[in-house]
Amino acid sequence: MGILEVKDVGKRFGGLQALGDVNLNVEENTVHAIIGPNGAGKSTLLNVLVGKLIPDSGSVLFDGQSVLGRTPHDINQMGISRVFQTPEIFGDLDVMENVMIPCFAKRDGAFALNGYGSVASHTDIREKAEQMLADVNMLEKRNMQASSLSRGDKRRLEMAMCLVQDPKLLLLDEPTAGMARADTNNTIDLLKEIKEKRDITMAIIEHDMHVVFSLAERITVLAQGTPLVEDTPENIKGHPKVQEAYLGQAHD
Amino acid sequence: MFGLNKKDTTLFIIVAAMTLLAPFILNPFPTDSALAQFNAGYPDLMQRFVIFGILAIGFNILFGLTGYLSFGHAAFLGVGSYSAVWMFKLLSMNIIPAIILSVIIAGLFALVIGYVSLRRSGIYFSILTLAFAQMSFNLAYSVLTPITNGETGLQITLDDPRVLGVSVAENGNPPVTNLFGLEMRETFTLDLGAWAFQFNIGFYVCALIMLAAFYVSVRIFRSPFGLMLRAVKSNQHRMNYTGLSTRPYTLAAFVISGMYAGLAGGLMASMDPLAGAERMQWTASGEIVLMTILGGAGTLLGPVLGAGFIKYFENIFSKINDNILHTWFAIMPDGLEDLLVTIVHPFVGKGWHLTLGLLFMLVVTFLPGGLVEGGQRIAKALSRKKKDEPKTPDASE
Repeated sequence: MGILEVKDVGKRFGGLQALGDVNLNVEENTVHAIIGPNGAGKSTLLNVLVGKLIPDSGSVLFDGQSVLGRTPHDINQMGISRVFQTPEIFGDLDVMENVMIPCFAKRDGAFALNGYGSVASHTDIREKAEQMLADVNMLEKRNMQASSLSRGDKRRLEMAMCLVQDPKLLLLDEPTAGMARADTNNTIDLLKEIKEKRDITMAIIEHDMHVVFSLAERITVLAQGTPLVEDTPENIKGHPKVQEAYLGQAHD
Repeated sequence: MFGLNKKDTTLFIIVAAMTLLAPFILNPFPTDSALAQFNAGYPDLMQRFVIFGILAIGFNILFGLTGYLSFGHAAFLGVGSYSAVWMFKLLSMNIIPAIILSVIIAGLFALVIGYVSLRRSGIYFSILTLAFAQMSFNLAYSVLTPITNGETGLQITLDDPRVLGVSVAENGNPPVTNLFGLEMRETFTLDLGAWAFQFNIGFYVCALIMLAAFYVSVRIFRSPFGLMLRAVKSNQHRMNYTGLSTRPYTLAAFVISGMYAGLAGGLMASMDPLAGAERMQWTASGEIVLMTILGGAGTLLGPVLGAGFIKYFENIFSKINDNILHTWFAIMPDGLEDLLVTIVHPFVGKGWHLTLGLLFMLVVTFLPGGLVEGGQRIAKALSRKKKDEPKTPDASE
């Protein structure tokens, strides 16, 4: 039994079958990549997982509980954090506050009328946030406004915001999209480091094969809304169907 | 001190000192001098300064922190006023029960309006609040006449069935509002040389309440709750995916802000026990927005400054008429005098809105952070001159 089980999920947008009977099983403590050409349904699948879209059919179980019909904040409270294609951070706030907000969310739940004491007086939260920033080498930037960070640091901050909640599952939506090769390699190293340090399950949606083959332990290939194959990276590389549907195009 | 950090404590002490010494600060010119008309140190105006200060502080909790621009805050002010006057009519002329009722009723009113309006954000939210406020105004003006007394406005009369107190005072007039016997209208005058300083009970009651309201707002700004409200303004999308539900946060901010407006309305009625529908009109809501933006939205001090600034203009500039202008320019040759009076005329008296409008445009264009940003720039320029070396701007500000 995996930590995330997607069974027969289908979703139509008008006449377009975005997802047709998708089955996916993400094992605990693995890095699972979901790849596929444009329009394969990767993003739709991700949006189903985080509660942004409700599928027409099928079921999604996380940790034994259904996520369908739940709001995104509810699903986050269950233990799923999401990293976006372009980093979504609180640009107007400073780095430290950015990391403290998810800590408060984890401790106090989806809403708390917490007007007692200043933010700084919550020492447990502050220490946790400082520790997290130290882990991603951003402690010296703690007082900078988040919107003034470089692209790479924004990505790093967003990861810190997700990880500080100790999620059971981290969803990454093309974490290296639009990055220079050096930044991409930094991100790969960061993700590897995270994987080494903690027990965490990651599901990565990615276009960049370099990233996928550096990180993934299992790969699912989607094409036209249905999973083509699911296997280890070694087997995927040589799989004829995959070559045809996806990798083949890259060598044209 | 009192759970505030050093910087906030200093700010609070400065605001407290400025407020409590207002009768001196606002009265810098001797009573008989030509400049005496610029004095603002009379009870009626000082009361308005602090009451609108409360209103703007409350509005800033919503607009400054969450970025939700409400165009209907005057409705809560009006509801607060009506509640207070009803309390005076039915229960007692003591202002405490009246103020408590106005805060509660305004809070409930805000809960209903907020619940509906906060389903939308941005311009749609603004329009929804505006629609609600205009609806309240029209109801108060016509349909709800039995409660609001329509056009005339709700007043104290000689046959009010006051449960705790008398309907008619010994002098044959309705009794006056008081705080356990201290009459709100009572004023002591201190003659000091050529100056006459006026100390009014009502002003000091309002001032103390404003300081309490300011203190609460500082605590909200610095609390985790305040941090969440700023997060709402910054990125709601990220908030949802961080396990936070934004709706209850915005609704709580809206209700707190509505309660502040209700408090201001209750105090207004406590100083002068009548309530009219025009207090709820959209122009009144617009004025609150102007005050907050002019002073500096999202800053602690800004709304108070903005409220003072606008009320000063409204009351002082509007009183300058052509006769006064002629005395100002009397030393000039006749032709030049008339010319100057003609030029200045549209900007003062009834034209004070023009001056205010121009100032507002200047502030928004050159100081988007409002008067507070102006102050900060001056302070920064001064400290740079002193230290002679450029200092990196303080990001944590």
